[in-house]
Amino acid sequence: MKLTLHIWRQQKRSTKDNFAQDGKMVRYELDHVSPDMSFLEMLDVLNEQLTRKGEEPVVFDHDCREGICGSCSLMINGEAHGPQSGTTTCQLHMRSFQDGAEIWIEPWRAAAFPVIKDLMVDRSAFDRIVQAGAFISVNTGAPQDANAIPVPKADADKAFDAATCIGCGACVAACKNASAMLFVGAKVSHFVHLPQGRVERETRARKLVAQMDAEGFGNCTNQYECEAACPKDIPVRVIAEMNREFVRAKAVEEPPSKKRVGGDG
Amino acid sequence: MTWLCDFWRSSIGGKVTMAVTGLLLFGFVVAHLLGNLKLLAGPDSINAYAKMLHDLGPLLWVARIGLLVIFVLHVVTAIRLSSANKAARPVRYSKEATMQATLASRSMVLSGLTVLVFLIYHLLHFTLGVTNPEHFQKKAAGAQGFDVYAMVTASFANPAIALTYVAAQVVLFFHLSHGMQSLAHTLGLHHARYTPMIKKLSFLLALLIAGGNAFLALSVLTGIVKGAA
Ligand code: HEM
Ligand code: SF4
Ligand code: FES
Repeated sequence: MKLTLHIWRQQKRSTKDNFAQDGKMVRYELDHVSPDMSFLEMLDVLNEQLTRKGEEPVVFDHDCREGICGSCSLMINGEAHGPQSGTTTCQLHMRSFQDGAEIWIEPWRAAAFPVIKDLMVDRSAFDRIVQAGAFISVNTGAPQDANAIPVPKADADKAFDAATCIGCGACVAACKNASAMLFVGAKVSHFVHLPQGRVERETRARKLVAQMDAEGFGNCTNQYECEAACPKDIPVRVIAEMNREFVRAKAVEEPPSKKRVGGDG
Repeated sequence: MTWLCDFWRSSIGGKVTMAVTGLLLFGFVVAHLLGNLKLLAGPDSINAYAKMLHDLGPLLWVARIGLLVIFVLHVVTAIRLSSANKAARPVRYSKEATMQATLASRSMVLSGLTVLVFLIYHLLHFTLGVTNPEHFQKKAAGAQGFDVYAMVTASFANPAIALTYVAAQVVLFFHLSHGMQSLAHTLGLHHARYTPMIKKLSFLLALLIAGGNAFLALSVLTGIVKGAA
């Protein structure tokens, strides 16, 4: 296959005042691409050629190349993770493209995801959201008998569907508003259907949403571009669940008490 | 109060504000259409309805101010959220694609602002009598100043005015067809069985409301509803 690539090249890290820095789309011609290559292998081939010519290779994120780690990214012709639905970029193959195709490759674009270099973005905003409360901190005791806490199958399925999120950020990249609500909704839904997760449901909903807002993500307008882009097919149901959980958590929130009960601690 | 402000300032709180005010505005639009339909029942019906509303006195002002507060909240929150959304993507993609977002959903700010402009014109036209004083005078000329029928039929006999109203209803249709389903999801309603129904219902209700209003303007223009004697 013969391809024409347009790739975003950016030397310096994005700052708040200068997000694009010196970045621009650069055109590359690439020949002898096998349709059996993955998209990232195709970029590897390009990088080998660039290195041989003494040019800097294109920087992009990747790790497992098995569609499970959430490291790879790439906006391909305006579609997050490319044209194949339910598939990460590392699992996308060149047979999805026509011989002679022109392909535009850009980084995830969001204020909360500064570009580190070329196609690599800093997704630590997601880590900070997870650190804000997407875990269980109550002591659940020693391992119990597997059947001691029955969980209905329907609930387990919902929790598991949400738990398949790999934190890749495609939802933010695809959203017209750069909103992270599919990701954060997945975290909320992951826990709220399970008895262990329900103990901290109010504090979790408040803290996750507060951190999401602090990171500068946009606001969902229910267009569901995220759902179409998500390589793990996380459903937008999780956003409705997060809205419910957040409103519920705010409604039951107690005002900050003036009197301290039981001393510091 | 600080609790409410905090809630409003949060992303989901802002969305919920849009949804609740949107739902209330939708309720107003429905009631407004039902009132307008009395035009079809003839001058006595709609004029009596107008008199009834005016006779509410202070209650009418409570409703007007309530409506204004809801409307201002809706617009102010819309501006806050959409400017935050713009800021959340400082550099746009050079190649953009849309997977499943509808045209209506992508033009909410535009359709909303157009409705706002129309609304200002609508108030200047029928409520304050600024744009066409000659039509407004017809209202005052009727018994006790409630010949709304004469004012409306005289206005919509003018093709420019009638078509402006019809165009505004097309825009309102777009706004509501996404708005109704959007507000359901924002308020936490998502269900494998009901969500597809809500989407269809949203389209249908928007069509009924906009279509109903447009029909009234067009029926005067085409002479189905006759002008006042
Ligand atoms: C008769 C007047 C109006 C009615 C009945 C109405 C109704 C609605 C409804 C039902 C929604 C859905 C709420 C949600 O997203 O959950 C909505 C959203 C919205 N409205 Fe309005 N609206 C009106 C006027 C306006 C005006 C004047 C603006 C001006 C800026 C506006 C801007 C918006 C925006 C930006 C959204 C959010 C869109 C989104 O989330 O996708 N609306 N409106
Ligand atoms: S919700 Fe989907 S698109 Fe978003 S981070 Fe998780 S796996 Fe990626
Ligand atoms: S590299 Fe791990 S998911 Fe693509």
